[in-house]
Amino acid sequence: MQLITCPWCGPREEIEFSYGGQAGVAYPEHPASLTDEQWAHFVFFRDNPKGPFAERWSHNAGCRRWFTAVRDTRTYRFLSSPTSNPELTS
Amino acid sequence: MTAGTSAPNTAPKPPGADLPEHPDHLWRDAEPKKAYDVVIVGGGGHGLATAHYLAKLGITNVAVLEKGWLAGGNMARNTTLIRSNYLWDESAGIYERALELWEGLEEDLDYPILFSQRGVLNLAHTEQDVRDSVRRVEANKLNGIDAEWLGPDEVAKVCPIVNVSSDIRYPVQGATFQPRAGIAKHDYVAWGFARRASEAGIDIIQDCEVTGFVTGGSGADRVTGVRTTRGTIAAGTVALCAAGHTSTLLDMLGVRAPLQSHPLQALVSELLEPVHPTIVMSNAVHVYVSQAHKGELVMGAGVDSYNGYGQRGAFHVIERQMAAAVELFPVFARAHLLRSWAGIVDVTPDASPIIGHTPYENVFLNCGWGTGGFKATPGLGWAFADTLAHGRPHPLVAPFGLDRFVSGALVDEHGAAAVAH
Repeated sequence: MQLITCPWCGPREEIEFSYGGQAGVAYPEHPASLTDEQWAHFVFFRDNPKGPFAERWSHNAGCRRWFTAVRDTRTYRFLSSPTSNPELTS
Repeated sequence: MTAGTSAPNTAPKPPGADLPEHPDHLWRDAEPKKAYDVVIVGGGGHGLATAHYLAKLGITNVAVLEKGWLAGGNMARNTTLIRSNYLWDESAGIYERALELWEGLEEDLDYPILFSQRGVLNLAHTEQDVRDSVRRVEANKLNGIDAEWLGPDEVAKVCPIVNVSSDIRYPVQGATFQPRAGIAKHDYVAWGFARRASEAGIDIIQDCEVTGFVTGGSGADRVTGVRTTRGTIAAGTVALCAAGHTSTLLDMLGVRAPLQSHPLQALVSELLEPVHPTIVMSNAVHVYVSQAHKGELVMGAGVDSYNGYGQRGAFHVIERQMAAAVELFPVFARAHLLRSWAGIVDVTPDASPIIGHTPYENVFLNCGWGTGGFKATPGLGWAFADTLAHGRPHPLVAPFGLDRFVSGALVDEHGAAAVAH
């Protein structure tokens, strides 16, 4: 089990967190104007890189707040200091 | 045996004593040629099975490219469960076709695969589990698949070591039972397919990683070749069978697919005397258990939550899996863990695979089997070979096209298959 650094609570055990997938996926500005294909890509399609990946995490068993972190999917190592800003995705 | 040799040995044999010896040589370790009619990317179960069934269709100018060693990825890491008791007609079609092929596969391959139809119990622990399970049994029957609903007492008759008492955290309320389900020895399955494909003249090329694709032709919507660590290979048709690494290939082609690669862990105990006569799965408490021919208890769990390509997972997942196993099977409490490992599984939003066309007219996709690809191996190989031969999806795989995520025609197997495959 690895330690994950929550930007508010500091390093905590992995089981306190839940995973939110790719960061920086914004809700469409004009959802009604999307084609079916664009909507499918918003709902279902996410990046799946082998390497650094900006992700959302939630500190469920702690402060229950969300944050963004970059993690290497090959080593599972967190590469950046997690940030509370969802826009900072790299 | 000639007279005068030693008297029959009546001493008890250790577990595994009756297994066949490993053979010396089964397939040619081929050098890549300049060009092939079909290039299959991925030398795991699906790639090798596809090659075998292509050969049966008379298509043998085929290469199977494997970046590591033959069947060293998920084909060596799965828990070998074979069943076809899926809820929806589309899934029942492909998985039941696979099961039919499993039933004749030893004869077809002329090679032992230790296919053992010992049945699978899918346990229900809640009222909702019971309703969903009975529904699935009825759906299976309508699709001609053997299925029955068993109460707790009948569960105990099929598998006496399951704890069916009412004083555990998630008491067993009953189970679905598919008697024709079973296990097979995954390595032998891969070797059997590889041997047959190689005999037919198909090149199995190991240590050959795909690093890019050559596109061209009219409008650049064709792939004319595959760049590899062993040179560029021209290809008439390209078939992707790369499981958890499919996204890395699709990224090279600029094609998006709704895949997320997760570590999926499994483990085995030390060798034990035969104690477990069937397969037991429980989605609610996240564990599935069978006993391999040699005697190890083979257990799997759910995927690790985060994306990962590391072929290892977090310990707390195994810890929870063990807690669930020991509650369901108190007899396992003193078994020792021998080893654990992880494979990288490509999970889709509806827990069903993605098979068929890509935006490139001669590139075909087979991925998204998530945690359950092994059981489909012969069925997928059979249908995918037909797909490649005719340049259109075989009817059994047609419902699983990439376009279903746009049309909304999902094949939602989360109820039957979300956690345990």
